[in-house]
Amino acid sequence: MRLNNNKNLNKKKQISFYFDGSKYQGYEGDTLASALLANNIHLIGRSFKYHRPRGIISAGCEEPNGIVQLEQDEFTEPNRRATEVVLYNGLVAKSQNRWPSVNFDFGAINDLLSPFFPAGFYYKTFMWPPKFWKTYEHFIRQAAGLGVSPKKEDPHKYEHYHYHCDVLIVGSGISGLYAAKIAASEKLQVLLVEQESETGGSILSANNLNNKINGQSQNEWKKEILEELHSYKNVKIITSITLFAYMHYNYLLGIQDIDPSRGNKKNNSIRQVLWKIRAKKVILATGSIERPITFNNNDRPGIMLAGSVSKYLNGYGISLGKKIIIFTNNDSAYQTAIDYHNHNIKVSAIIDIRNEIDGDLPSLVESLGIKIYSGYVVSDTSGRKKITSVTIRKFEEKDSNKKNTEILECDLLCMSGGWSPTVHLFTQSRGKLKYREEESCFIPDQPHQQTISVGACNGIFDLKNILEDTRKSVRNFLDCKSNDEKIEIYDAEEINVGKQQNSWLVSSKDKISKSKMFVDFQNDVTAKDIKIALSEGFQSIEHVKRYTTNGMATDQGKTSNVNALGIISELTGQDISNLGTTTFRLPYTPVTFGAMAGRYVKEFFDIERTTPMHEWHLANDALFEDVGQWKRAWYYPKNNETLNEAVNREVKATRDSIGILDASTLGKIDIKGRDVSEFLNRVYTNAWSKLEIGKCRYGIMLGDDGMVIDDGVTTRLGEHHYLMTTTTGNAASVMGKLEDWLQTEWPELEVYLTSVTEQFGTISLNGPNSRKIVESLFPKQNFSGDSFPHMSFKELEIDQVRCRVMRISFTGEICYEINVPSSYALSLWNKCMELGKSFNITPYGTEAMHVLRAEKGYIIVGQETDGSVTPVDLDMDWIVSKKKYDFIGKRALYRSDTSRKDRKQLVGLLTTDPSIVLEEGVQLVEVETALPMPMVGHVTSSYYSPNLGRSIALALVKSGLNKKGTKLIVPTSNESIEVEITDPVFIDPKNERLLA
Amino acid sequence: MIKKPKKYSVFSLVRNALSYHENWQPAWRNPEIKKNYDAIIVGGGGHGLTTAYYLAKNHGIKNIAVVEKGWIGGGNTGRNTTIIRSNYLWDQSAALYEHALKLWEGMSQELNYNVMFSQRGVMNVAHNLHDVRELKRRWNANRLNDIDCEWLNTEQVKKFCPVINTSPNIRYPVLGATLQRRAGTARHDAVAWGYARGADAMGVDIIQNCEVTGINVNNGNVTGIETTKGTINSKKIGVVSAGHTSVIAKMAGIKLPLESRPLQALVSEPVKPIIDTVVMSNTIHAYVSQSDKGELVIGAGTDGYNSYTQRGGFNIVEDTIMAIVELFPIFSRMKMLRHWGGIVDICPDASPIISKTHINGLYFNCGWGTGGFKATPGSGWVFAHTIANDQPHALNAPFSINRFSSGELVDEHGAAAVAH
Amino acid sequence: MLLINCPYCGEREQEEFSCGGEAHIERPKNPPELSDDQWADYLFLRQNIKGLQFERWNHSFGCRQWFNVARNTATDEILAVYHMGEKPPKLESNDPITPCGEPKIGSGNFSTSKK
Repeated sequence: MRLNNNKNLNKKKQISFYFDGSKYQGYEGDTLASALLANNIHLIGRSFKYHRPRGIISAGCEEPNGIVQLEQDEFTEPNRRATEVVLYNGLVAKSQNRWPSVNFDFGAINDLLSPFFPAGFYYKTFMWPPKFWKTYEHFIRQAAGLGVSPKKEDPHKYEHYHYHCDVLIVGSGISGLYAAKIAASEKLQVLLVEQESETGGSILSANNLNNKINGQSQNEWKKEILEELHSYKNVKIITSITLFAYMHYNYLLGIQDIDPSRGNKKNNSIRQVLWKIRAKKVILATGSIERPITFNNNDRPGIMLAGSVSKYLNGYGISLGKKIIIFTNNDSAYQTAIDYHNHNIKVSAIIDIRNEIDGDLPSLVESLGIKIYSGYVVSDTSGRKKITSVTIRKFEEKDSNKKNTEILECDLLCMSGGWSPTVHLFTQSRGKLKYREEESCFIPDQPHQQTISVGACNGIFDLKNILEDTRKSVRNFLDCKSNDEKIEIYDAEEINVGKQQNSWLVSSKDKISKSKMFVDFQNDVTAKDIKIALSEGFQSIEHVKRYTTNGMATDQGKTSNVNALGIISELTGQDISNLGTTTFRLPYTPVTFGAMAGRYVKEFFDIERTTPMHEWHLANDALFEDVGQWKRAWYYPKNNETLNEAVNREVKATRDSIGILDASTLGKIDIKGRDVSEFLNRVYTNAWSKLEIGKCRYGIMLGDDGMVIDDGVTTRLGEHHYLMTTTTGNAASVMGKLEDWLQTEWPELEVYLTSVTEQFGTISLNGPNSRKIVESLFPKQNFSGDSFPHMSFKELEIDQVRCRVMRISFTGEICYEINVPSSYALSLWNKCMELGKSFNITPYGTEAMHVLRAEKGYIIVGQETDGSVTPVDLDMDWIVSKKKYDFIGKRALYRSDTSRKDRKQLVGLLTTDPSIVLEEGVQLVEVETALPMPMVGHVTSSYYSPNLGRSIALALVKSGLNKKGTKLIVPTSNESIEVEITDPVFIDPKNERLLA
Repeated sequence: MIKKPKKYSVFSLVRNALSYHENWQPAWRNPEIKKNYDAIIVGGGGHGLTTAYYLAKNHGIKNIAVVEKGWIGGGNTGRNTTIIRSNYLWDQSAALYEHALKLWEGMSQELNYNVMFSQRGVMNVAHNLHDVRELKRRWNANRLNDIDCEWLNTEQVKKFCPVINTSPNIRYPVLGATLQRRAGTARHDAVAWGYARGADAMGVDIIQNCEVTGINVNNGNVTGIETTKGTINSKKIGVVSAGHTSVIAKMAGIKLPLESRPLQALVSEPVKPIIDTVVMSNTIHAYVSQSDKGELVIGAGTDGYNSYTQRGGFNIVEDTIMAIVELFPIFSRMKMLRHWGGIVDICPDASPIISKTHINGLYFNCGWGTGGFKATPGSGWVFAHTIANDQPHALNAPFSINRFSSGELVDEHGAAAVAH
Repeated sequence: MLLINCPYCGEREQEEFSCGGEAHIERPKNPPELSDDQWADYLFLRQNIKGLQFERWNHSFGCRQWFNVARNTATDEILAVYHMGEKPPKLESNDPITPCGEPKIGSGNFSTSKK
C-alpha cells in the first residue's frame, strides 16, 4: 500500500506497467518490485523444484524469489530480478516457472511429493529400466529451467568501455561517498560507481529523523556531498553499473545499464556497456546483505528481510502490512519498527531470540509500547499464498508443541538473521577473509592487491564507526598528504548496539527431516537437504553445495551461503571458520552475453581481410573461400555455371592459354641483413648459401619436431635483401616463429624481418600465353627462357611503378608472379585483363588453383600435411640437406619412429573408374573387413582433372612409396571404390611445359 | 569391517521418505589411514577413483588408498563441461575413447548411481572448406573404426539443432557438421561420487584432505608416499593428479612433457529447454550444451600461459561468448551466471600419457588436457590394468611416455575441442 | 587479466602479449650428437613449476620483442621483467606452503583464514 504522506512521490509521474497480463500503476523511480508491492502483489513466482508460492523478500540484487520474464518477443529477458528492474512506462513482466498461472500452478504437486525429492534423489533413481533415462530426462528438463530463452535476434547493441583511474570506489553509500570526497580533495582521478540507479546505498533505506550525520539527515548529507563531488572535474560518478569481477592487477569489470528508466525498446540502440577498469587503487564500499532466518515455512510470500521492508517504506513510501511482526536475532531490525512508528503504524510484536536485549534501539522500541517477545522464536508460519500467522515459542524449549506455542496473526513478517558483508569482490581480488564470531560474518582480512574495504563490507555496521573508520582508512590508504583538518570530520550519535545471538536453525514441532526450513529459496534447498548430504558423507562445504545445489541459483547464494555454513556448523559441531566458504565466483550478478561480446558480433566478429583486387572479384561474380581471415576468390561462375563447370573451364583455359590468379594473400616477409643466407640455412631444410641475386628457391620449413609447418619461395633481391613467401594461413605464425629464433637463439645474426604481405598485391599469370602478356607489359624486357629462366627474378617498371616479377610456378605452367605496391595492384590487374583479351585470359580462383597444382603433384601445407608429416614422408628427400650439420627440425627426423620406412607417404591415386571423383578425407584400406577395418591412409586432395579427362587424387598411404601400382579400396558409406597407387605427378613429369 | 552400502532403488527412496530421510548411509566411509596398501592412487578425481574401482573390480586388488588433497571430484572432474564423445581421428585415440564411451553406456546401472549420461548427440561444426575436409576425414575414420558418426549438411544441421544460425551470410557460416549420436553429456559430480561409492564398497579407502608431499624411492623401486597425514607405504603408486602432475613427478625426479594452464568455463542462468544437443566449433572456439537444470554450459579456450590459480583472463571468456553469439544470435540476451576455471595439464600432441616410468611401481596417468572427462571410465580401466600387470593394456600402449623420444606422437590437435 | 611491463614499451594489457613458455631452455648446439631422449628433453619436457617460474613473453601485438618474465604461477604475480640473454634474477616469492598447496595469500583458491 502506498502511503500518501510521501512528499517525494507526489512530485513524480505516475506510469503504468503490466504483470501477468494485468495493468498496474507505479511511479517513476519505482523498481518493478516496489511497484508490485505497492499494488499489494506479493505472489510473484514459483520456486524451482517444489513450485511453492513465492514473493519478494528483499530490495536488491540478493533477491532469490522475485524473478520475472521481462518484456516479450525480441526484447524478452528471462530471470530478471524485480528488485533490480527500474520501472518504466509500458513495462511488461510475467511470472515464471508456473503453469497455467502463478495463482494456480500444476507443478505445485511437487510440494506434496517433496518427501520423495530429497537432496540427491536424482542420483538414486531414474535408472530403471536403463533405456528410459532419455524419457525421464525429457520430463526433468521440461520441469527445470526458470524463464524462457529469447527466440529472436537481439535488437540491441552493446559497447565496451576502457577506463583508467587513480581510485575506483565501488558503492555510493555513506562510506563510498565519504571516500570519494576524500579522494577527490586529494586531486586524484576518481571513479565512483553505484549498482542502483540512484546513489546512496543504505541512505535510501534511512528515514529522515534518526541516524543523523553532523546533525543532518542522511538524505540532506548525501545531497550536500554529491553537490561537492559534482563540482570536481576529477570525479566521475556512474550509476546503474554493477562491478561483477575483480581480477588481476586491479582490473575490474562492470556492467552498466544505459538509461534503464527509459525502457529502451529501440532497435540498434545501446542497451548496456561493459566497463573494463584498471585502477591504481580500489576502495570497496559494497555494503552488506541481510540474512534470512531458517525456520519452518520461512518462504511464504509476506516474509521479508527487515532492512528491505524499511527501504520500501522510507525510500518508496510503501507500507507492506497492517499486522506486522518482526523476527530478529540482532538490534538492526528494531529500526524497522521505528521506521513504521514514524509513519504512525505500530508493529504488532517483535520476536527476539535473545534473552538479554540491551541495545539502545530495542529500548527505544520498548518505550514506544511495542511488544517484545524476548527469548522467543518464530517456529512456524501459515498462509499458502501470503502469510497469515506465525507460531512462536520460547527459544529454550527446543521443541514446539501445542502447549508451549502461541499463534500470532500477521500479514507481514520481517526477519533479520544478521548481516553478511558483501565481500565478493574482495575475495575475487584474492584477499583472504576471516570469520567474526560476534556478528557471525566473514570480513576482509588480508588484501592481496591495492585495495581496502570500508563501511559495512568491512564488518562495521554502526554509523559513528563507519564514518570514523572510513576517514582514517581511506586517508591512510591514499597516503593523504593534507592534514586531517582539511577534510571535514563527520560524526554521528553513539549508539549502543546489543550483542547478536545466532541460531542457525530454529526447530519446530517437526524434526528437521520433516520440516521445510528453506535455506536457498530459489533452488528449494532446505535444512533437511543439508542434513541428508552430511549424513551421506558429503562433508566438504563444496560437496554440500553440489549435492544440495545450495547457493547455485541465480542469486548465487547471496542470502543462503552463510546460513548453510551455519547449519553445517550446528549439525556437525565444526567451527565455521574451519569450514571455509565456497568460492565467490564472478560475476557478482549475471552479465548479458551480448554485453560481453560487445561490438564484436556479426561482421565484426572477426576481421575480414581482402586483397586490393577484391572489388574486381565482387564485380565479376566471384564466390569466396575463407582462408584464415582472408576472403579469397574461390571460382568465377559464368552464366549459372556449377562449381565443377566453372572450375573445369578455368583450369582448361589456364593450361591451354592463360589464367590469372590473385595471389596477394600469400605471406610476404622482407628480409634484410648481413646474415640472411645463414639464417635461411637454419630455418629451411635445404641449402641457401649459393643462391644468386635475382634467383628464387623453394623451401620447406619444419618445426624442431621435424614436421612440415610451411613452404614457399624465397627470392634474393639484392646482396643482403631477400623476399620470403609463406602460405596464406601461416604467414603470421611463421613470422612470429622466425622472430623468436632470431631474437632468442641467434641474436648474433644480423637479420631484419618485416611483414610486407599487405604492402604488395600479387598477380600470378599462368599458362603458355603468359609470356605474351608480360612482354606487352614490360616491352623492354626479354622474357625468353634464357634471359628470364624459371626460378628467377627481375625488378621491372610500368608507368614508373616498380614491380617485382618472379618466374615461379604453382601450376606447372610458365608463370610470372608480379608483385606490385598494393595501391597499383587493381590497375595492373585490369591492364592484364585488357591485354589478355585476345588470349581468352581467364581469372581463376582457389579451387582451380588446387586442381592445377594437384595435376602437377604440388602439395599444400595444411592439406597434404597435418602436423604429423615430414618432408621425407612427402617424398621430398631431395630438399632435405644431408650436408648441413643442423637446421631446425633436422635432429627430429632421425628419431626412431620418425625415420621409419613404413610411415604414411605421399602418393598419387587413380580410381579404376575414371569418372569417380573421391571425396577428400576418405580413408583407404587394403582389404574390406568387418568393422573396425584397418586403414592404411587417407585422401588429402581429390579433383576432376579436365586436362586429363579423369579424376585424380593425392593421398598419404602407409609405405605408399613402395606400393606404386598396387590397388587399394575406398569404402565409403554406400560403395567401395577401387583405386591404384601412382606417382603424384599427373601432368608434365619432365617439366617441359614449366621450363618452356 | 566394511558394511555393504544399501542399494538405491525406488523402494529405498520410499522407505527413506517414510522415515524422513534419517537413515541414509554415507556414500563412502571416512577411513583410518593404514600404514600399507597394495596400491596407492594419488588424486581423487574421476580418473583416480575409476582406477581404484577397476583395480578392485577387474584385478582383485582391494587394499587400495585413494589420496586426495582436497575433496573428491573437486578438480577438473567437477569443473568441466561434461561432454562425452569418442569421435577421435587416430585409431589409437578412437579405440581408447570408444572403450570409455561403452563404459559410459552402462555406468549408471553398473554403479547403481544415476550419472545422468544423456546421449543427446555431439555436433562438430565446419565453417570453411578446410574444416569440411578435416571433419570428413574424421567422419570416415570413425566409420571404419566402428564409431557411430554421421555427416550432416547445413539443412540437416538446422533440422537437428534449430537454434543454430545457418545463414550463409554470416562471418563463419555453417557448412556442415559431423554428428555422433551416442555422444552426449553426464552429471560430472555424480561420476566421482558414484565411483567413490562403488570403490568404497569394495574396500578402497578414500582419504580426503591429505596432500602428497613426497614420493619414496629405494633403488629404483617406489616404496610409498609422504603426505600431510604421514607416510603411507605401497609398492605400486599411480599418479592421477591432472594439473599438479608435474609437481608430483618432480618429487620422484621425473620431468614430464606437460604444461598446466587455466581453462575456463561458464554457465548461463537456467531457462526452459532450448538446445537439445551439444554443439562444438573448433574453428571459432565455442561449445555449448544445456544442462538438465536448464543452464547453458559453455567452455572457453585455454589461457596461453602456465598457471595453477584456477583463474584465467576475461578476454578468453569474451572470445568464447562472441563465438556463441555468432553461432546462436538468440542467446545474446542470456546472462552468464557463474564462471570458473580449472588447471589442465596439456601434452604437446594433445593426447594423454598413461604410462610406466623408469621407477618400478610408479605410474602416471596425465596430460588429458581439455578433454579428459569423457575418458574417465576408460582411463581408469586401462590404468588399473597397467598398475596391476606392470604393463600397459593394448589400448594405452600407444600412450607411453616414450613416444616423446621416439616421435610416435598421437597428434589430436584437430580433434580437441580447444586448440591448444 | 595480467598487466605486463614490456621492457621496451612499458605497462600494457596482457592481451597484447603471448607467452612462449619456460625460459632459459637453450637450443642444443650439437643436435646430431644427442640421443632421442636428450632431444625429447629439449623439445618437450618442461619443469611446469608451481611457484616462481621464469618464462618467455613476446609483445606480439606491440613491439614484437621477446623478453623474460619472472612470474609466480601459484598467484600470477609478475615479480620481474628482464631482457633476453640475461640471467634470471634472485627473487623472494610467495611460494606454495606445501608443494601442491597454496601460498599464504594470492592464489584465490582459499578465501578464508582458518583458525
